[in-house]
This record gives sequence, structure tokens and C-alpha cells, in this order.
Amino acid sequence: MTEELGACPECDALYRRRRLKRGETARCPRCGARLYGRSRIGPDQMLGLVTGALLTFIIANAYPIVVMQVQGVSNSATLSGSIVTLWTEGRRLMAVLVFATTQLFPLLDLLAMTALLSVAVRMRQGGATRPVWFAPLLRFLQSMRPWGMTEVFMLGVLVALVKLSNMAHILPGVALWAFGALTILLAAILTFDLRSLWDENGS
Amino acid sequence: MTVLPPMVTADRVGLVACDHCGALSPRHPGRMTCPRCGGVLHRRKPDSLNRTWALLVAAIILYLPANLLPVMVTTSLFHKTHDTIISGVVYFWNTGSVGLAVLIFSFSILIPILKMGALGFLVVSVRHGSARTRRQRMVLFRIVEFVGRWSMLDVFVVALMAGLVRFHSLAMVEAGPGAAAFGAVVVLTMLASFSFDSRLIWDNDERCDER
Repeated sequence: MTEELGACPECDALYRRRRLKRGETARCPRCGARLYGRSRIGPDQMLGLVTGALLTFIIANAYPIVVMQVQGVSNSATLSGSIVTLWTEGRRLMAVLVFATTQLFPLLDLLAMTALLSVAVRMRQGGATRPVWFAPLLRFLQSMRPWGMTEVFMLGVLVALVKLSNMAHILPGVALWAFGALTILLAAILTFDLRSLWDENGS
Repeated sequence: MTVLPPMVTADRVGLVACDHCGALSPRHPGRMTCPRCGGVLHRRKPDSLNRTWALLVAAIILYLPANLLPVMVTTSLFHKTHDTIISGVVYFWNTGSVGLAVLIFSFSILIPILKMGALGFLVVSVRHGSARTRRQRMVLFRIVEFVGRWSMLDVFVVALMAGLVRFHSLAMVEAGPGAAAFGAVVVLTMLASFSFDSRLIWDNDERCDER
């Protein structure tokens, strides 16, 4: 009986679950919270997006974001390089904060999504059962997700560029475009309702 | 979607919803785990209001050094400038980037203050709020949750500038102690909003209805 019932995660009102069409979202009639949704793109297409985002992530971190020239001397900054600089200059807390929100959590998010979506795709094709690590990994992903801040970092890069362009000659690097693309890809990936993964023939 | 009779909550009929996967289980005393995903079940987030208060107070305290201490130290040929968050806003304003000045002012000064105020109000109003404002309070809570992360903007700007502007004798930018304090404020307010259980807004309301 409890299978088809659900409770609103934000106000605890009980509701009866209904199967949704693609792109539909169910909302709580009492508090307006998003209850569950069915993504326009299925797990297999989402897996493609996540793979693309992983490649973009590598490019964004391997190349300089911006190159700066002052009186013939040029200097370039990668994200990792900036974090190392903060660490060696004694701003350890800040280094950890920036590392966690722009590199560690976004990367873990994409890797966890890859693993979970692969399982979901295989389960949908029949055959595979849910591995033991599925539930702990999904719980971990759900609690970690708010701490990835790629889109905020992207805006930060743009602000820094404007600030620096008053001081010196600025050349955008490859990673700048990669971060832009990654921001867009992540926005699409975040539309995927993680809770729907629990329902994939779970019972 | 069919709504069961109004005001019927999982809690009222003796069920607990899993915070992780949403599955409902019967409530019983002692430690409960979700049969579907194995997560720990709580009727409501444990000690929600006290934790939110504690994290909020810590954030408010750290907000002072975050604004008073320099977030960025710029050394050039002849002089050294210490920039606080506010002087950064003033810099953009004076150099003609009014849009950026407004953006940074909102993200770094306005949003943190409004967010801390809103969280404080939400905690207090769980006990003393009017039933008629519950939906508005819910909207307020969602805004607080959504907007919090964007305050990290200034921290990222400083981090990138410190990594890039390293022309030893000509110009050097270093992160100041204020930036770390500011980052800590953002993290603490985010933790505070996560430990606030929005279901408490509605629980209180049910009790009002019963009387």
C-alpha cells in the first residue's frame, strides 16, 4: 500500500504517486515543492551528456583559463595552479574551499553520475541487478551535489577578467571556453531527477 | 495527482519518509533505517532548530572579519593596497563598471545579510509565526537555499587573481584573511539552511488547525 504513496519532502503532506509523461513534473499542492519529475532525456542520453561533461572538465582543468601580459612578461593561470598558489601562500582554508567546490565535488558528481546511470541503463535493458554500492553512492551524490559550484566559479572568472582588463593585456585561454561549455552541460545534467534513479525497478 | 484529505501528513498516519529516496516506512521508536536505500530515517531532521541557530550565529560572528579584513592585497611598484569587499565594490563603481559593482554588492553584501536575516526569521517563526504566512515562508526558504551558493563569487575572483597576477617586482596579488572568513560565512549559512527542516513550518500549522 505504501508503494504508491509518497510524502512531500518539504512539508510532509501525503500524496498518491502517478506515472508522468516525459518532461512532466509533479508538485505538492500544499507547499508547491517539486515532488518528482520525469526527465525529457532518458538515462542513456544523460549518460552521453555526462561523458561529454567529463571530457570538458579535463580540458577546463588542464589548460590556462587566462593569460596576462605586463610589460612583455606573460603569466598564465590554471585553476589548479591558482589553488596551489593559495596553499603555498598560507591561505590553506581558502585553497581547500576553492578546490572542493570547483574541482573535487564537480568531478565526484560526474563520476558518480556515470556509474549510477550505467547501472540504470543496464537495468532498463533487463538483466543487471542493482550492485551493493548503488544505494550508498546515490545517497552520497545527493548530499554532495549542492557543494559543486562550477557555475558560480564561471561568473567569478568573468568578473576577474573585467577587473584585470583594466590593469593589463588579457588573453582568454582554452579553459575559459571549456568552463563555459561545462557550465551549460552541468545545467542540463542537473535537470535529471536523482530520485527517479531509486525507482528504476527498485522493488 | 490525487491529494488525500487535506492536512494528512505522513507523520500523522505514523509513517516516516526517507530523506534520501522518499520511501515511506512505518514509524517506530529507536533507530530506524530505510528498507529501500539503507539510509537513516528521521521523523524530522534531528535537532533542526538548534543546529540552524548555532550555525547561523557562527556565520554572523564570522561576517565581521569577512567584511573588516582585507580580501585582497595588491602590491605594485611603489605601493600596497588592502582591499576589503566594500572597497572592491567601490572600485568597480568608480571605474565605470556600474553593473559589476551592483552584481558584487548584491552577491557579497546584500545576499549574505538578507540570507542570515531570513534564516533567523524562519527559525523564530516556526514557533511564533502565523499560519497564514506559511506558504510565503516556504518561498522565502527556497530563495535562501537557491541563492546561498552565489555568494562564493568574491572568493573565486580573489583566488583567480591571486593565481594570475604574479609579476614579482611589478605587481602581486595575494588573498587576504578576509576571503577565507567570507568563504566560511557562505559555507556556514549553507549548512544552516540545510539543517533547517522546512516541514517544521507546516507541523506547527497543523497544531494550530487542531485547536
